Amino acid sequence: MAMLHTVNKSPFERNSLNSCLTKSKEGSTILLIEDAVVGALKGTIVADKLTAAVANKNVCVLGSDLNTRGFTEADIIDGIKIVDYAGFVDLVAEHSNVQSWL
Amino acid sequence: MSDGIKKFMFVNTKAPYGTVYALESLEVVLISAAFDQSVSLVFCDDGVFQIANNQKTDDSGMKNFSPAYKALGDYDINKLYVEKESLEERGLTLDNLMALTYEDEDDDWAEKPSIILVTRAELADLMDEQDVVISS
Repeated sequence: MAMLHTVNKSPFERNSLNSCLTKSKEGSTILLIEDAVVGALKGTIVADKLTAAVANKNVCVLGSDLNTRGFTEADIIDGIKIVDYAGFVDLVAEHSNVQSWL
Repeated sequence: MSDGIKKFMFVNTKAPYGTVYALESLEVVLISAAFDQSVSLVFCDDGVFQIANNQKTDDSGMKNFSPAYKALGDYDINKLYVEKESLEERGLTLDNLMALTYEDEDDDWAEKPSIILVTRAELADLMDEQDVVISS
């Protein structure tokens, strides 16, 4: 069963998103929450890594945390899905395990 | 300095909401306005996200404190330095930021932009000129 990875720190300040990207398996899900949502933005210095991840992993971002910081679906990399709180709960229920990258 | 006025610079380097640094710094800045000092702000690194436009906190239930930055001009805090490289690294431009302004009393209260785009090198020079630098 696939694992759900959550990341909550900005990739411009910490290395946790990079650690997650390099240690998550194909077919797993990566959910960006809190300050990590800015990792989903287009045109950043980490965008290439996220674009590569989208090809073989399910990359999601928590919509409410994205909106809180002033961004919407139009600002994020193609292929990254927006989920709401109910979607977050569904992801937790659907996966065998959750790894929180802090 | 003989007139007792010191140059204070508040350097904001953290994203808002995930930690309390941004809100706490803003509160200190607003308090500092009461002491008739020369105050400037810097937004660099993830600090540039503090003044992002269109922050909407309805769904997250967080307190949206971004409108408070619009009050800075009324407290004679009108030098808001934004680091160019920090915007570029995050895929942002000035259009992603709030249009923060002040009214210039020396120019018939004309409304002018408070945000000043500076390079990393220029920012180093500005920091070097300060009497007090407070970073968060």
